[in-house]
Amino acid sequence: MIQKAYIVPGQPHILLAPDRNKGWGELKKAYEAIGREIERSGAELLLVYSTQWFSVIGHLMQVDPNPEWVLVDQNWYEFGEIPYRFRVDPEFGKLYCEIAKQRGMQASTVNYRGFPIDTGTVVALKLLNPNNAIPASIVSCNIYAEREETRNLGSAARAAIEQYGKKTIVVCVTNFSNRYEVADIDIASDHISSAKDDEWNRKLLEMLGEGRLEDVAQVAREFAREANADMGFKAIWWLSSLMGEHNRYDGKVWGYAPVWGTGAALVELTPSNKALDFEKEFDEANAPVANTESGTGLESHNVLSEAPKRDEQQPEPERAVSSAIRTDRAPKPVGPYPHARRVGDFLFLSGIGPRKPVTGEIPGLTFDEKGNIAGHDIEVQTRACIENIRAILEDAGSSLDRIVDVTVYLTDMKRDFERFNEVYAEYLGTVQPTRTTVGVDSLPTPIAVELKVIAAV
Amino acid sequence: MSQGEIIGGLLAPHPPHLVYGDNHWRNEPKSECGWEVLRWGYERARKHFLAKKPDVLLVHSPHWQTLIGHHFLGVPEFHGLSVDPIFPNLFRFNYDIKVDVELAELIAEEGRRDGLVTKMMRNPHFRVDYGTIVSCHMMNPDWDIPIVGISSNNSPYYFSNELGQAQMIKLGQATKRAIEKSGRRAVLLASNTLSHRHFTTEPEIPEDMSREHVYEHSGYLWDMKVIDLMRTGRTRELISVLPEFMDHAVSEVKAGALAWMLSALDFPDYPGELYGYWTVIGTGNAVVGWDPQLKAAATTQGAMAAR
Repeated sequence: MIQKAYIVPGQPHILLAPDRNKGWGELKKAYEAIGREIERSGAELLLVYSTQWFSVIGHLMQVDPNPEWVLVDQNWYEFGEIPYRFRVDPEFGKLYCEIAKQRGMQASTVNYRGFPIDTGTVVALKLLNPNNAIPASIVSCNIYAEREETRNLGSAARAAIEQYGKKTIVVCVTNFSNRYEVADIDIASDHISSAKDDEWNRKLLEMLGEGRLEDVAQVAREFAREANADMGFKAIWWLSSLMGEHNRYDGKVWGYAPVWGTGAALVELTPSNKALDFEKEFDEANAPVANTESGTGLESHNVLSEAPKRDEQQPEPERAVSSAIRTDRAPKPVGPYPHARRVGDFLFLSGIGPRKPVTGEIPGLTFDEKGNIAGHDIEVQTRACIENIRAILEDAGSSLDRIVDVTVYLTDMKRDFERFNEVYAEYLGTVQPTRTTVGVDSLPTPIAVELKVIAAV
Repeated sequence: MSQGEIIGGLLAPHPPHLVYGDNHWRNEPKSECGWEVLRWGYERARKHFLAKKPDVLLVHSPHWQTLIGHHFLGVPEFHGLSVDPIFPNLFRFNYDIKVDVELAELIAEEGRRDGLVTKMMRNPHFRVDYGTIVSCHMMNPDWDIPIVGISSNNSPYYFSNELGQAQMIKLGQATKRAIEKSGRRAVLLASNTLSHRHFTTEPEIPEDMSREHVYEHSGYLWDMKVIDLMRTGRTRELISVLPEFMDHAVSEVKAGALAWMLSALDFPDYPGELYGYWTVIGTGNAVVGWDPQLKAAATTQGAMAAR
């Protein structure tokens, strides 16, 4: 249901004074071009997170159906005022708030006449949705929220979008480097206030252009430190979590220019199914996100969250564990882990899904007329899973009949368990490994089944 | 025209909770009670300073944050609704403010002479921030005295506490000179809380005073230390420890209002009068006033207390 995401700047200069600086004008043109695409997209909801809407008591969700005012920015009033009247979807805001609260977060809705909509949101909605063609939902940025809380907020948004069922475009209003010039400037020759900031901005934009959203989220803290990023660049944590914490996007940088010394850019990210050599290079977190969509914390990709921090990583103890086992006959892992590891006479396999080796294509999927996933065939996926496991075991000197323990993850237990069981029995009914079956909300790629196996060599 | 003077300075914290607790007709939300110790403190301060018949109240607010220099409200009257973006459930205030634009322009000019960047905000649709409103309202709920509204420059957040404070001291001196030139009798309001770590959840009944206490012991210790310096007239010493206070207790004095006011008052060496101290969602708030007329008698008292 998430069609696209955009990262956009929120300075009023772009809206109110595009003629005074070439870069500001180009940013406005890019903004308007995106606005036209959004209008044509068939989207039913714009979800906006702005670093300029500060909150301190948890997070706030705007549910006034028609917030209306004349905005005069506290800093940039010399450029003029911005009258606004927006169309807000209050039902989504309420749902988002409720889901956030269910996940233990402090959240409230706001519906007060005259509540000040922040400049970033106003600028974004004015330029992206000038005719109010699509209702918006707006969420605040808690100034104290650290990575985990911000990721949880993103994850709650994803759950709300899925539950709401409307085609949604996500808009993340944030600057990149945020080092404003603190005196009046020659506007026509506005430039990024330091070469280092500019270098950092370009580096991140290159990554985003390649669709590497999660990689950018991973370096956000360093970027914030080095380039004084807007609100610690926490917006990217929210966005990445909302989008699924991976790098499988088609990225496009629509524009990049200085605004009063800061780095302002417009980026588009479209979810794709492209195969990647890796999912995440590293993860600073050492605890799983509370109440993620999967809800179990057991997924194979979450082994990352148990890893020591980068600084604390120790050399591998060679005596205890042999080298990692990888094979071309199974799909590439979606993170920095091998297919299997041998310890003594046992093989420990990573969670293995049904993706095809080499191409990474997911078998057994059905699609609707717009190319969205409409369903899956659990029998096809279970067979593919077990065949992948067979290949790994054989390449490691073992076989299916030497499996001793299996953990099964199903995304739709109620619908799929019986048919899964039938296929499973064909392969392993006589082998009789011990087994645990767990229902999960989602897996790292849009697959319906994943198996975690221990086998004797 | 006789020479103007500063007839008082008040550390005037601005939690919207105080206006909410006050149940004034201008504020839409209504309460049963709340934060009385501070509100009663404000009442006593009000009684003292309004009896001196000031011509103008000057307020420096941390909730009008500006990046490029120091800004001044530059329109004679502002009318509107101020909704606190953080506590909209407590503060939706219908304001009707008269501004002493002439004095504001004089301060801006004096500041420029001292090398500060200053600007006049001339848009009548500008929404006055809740920090300005709360401090002014608690000092003068009748709103019958014009104000000068001054923004809080972001330099301490951008560069360093020390650099920000140095700018505030300059601005304070410029303010003093401008007031003297203007012939006005002025009361200054420094709209800052002290220790500023606070709870991030709100009780179901916001005015439930059984939930109100200081957020952390170290913040309280800092508050007592700086209040002691105020009460014993050691404001130069106070200024020297403020940067440390800003870091250790995340104090809102970082925004500069207290340094600005103490500088304009020429760093009082006589005791400040503590009208009240209490917490608001865990932050430390003190209402402390300095009356230059009391300087002679108070200096002796301060010196004795210091011994």
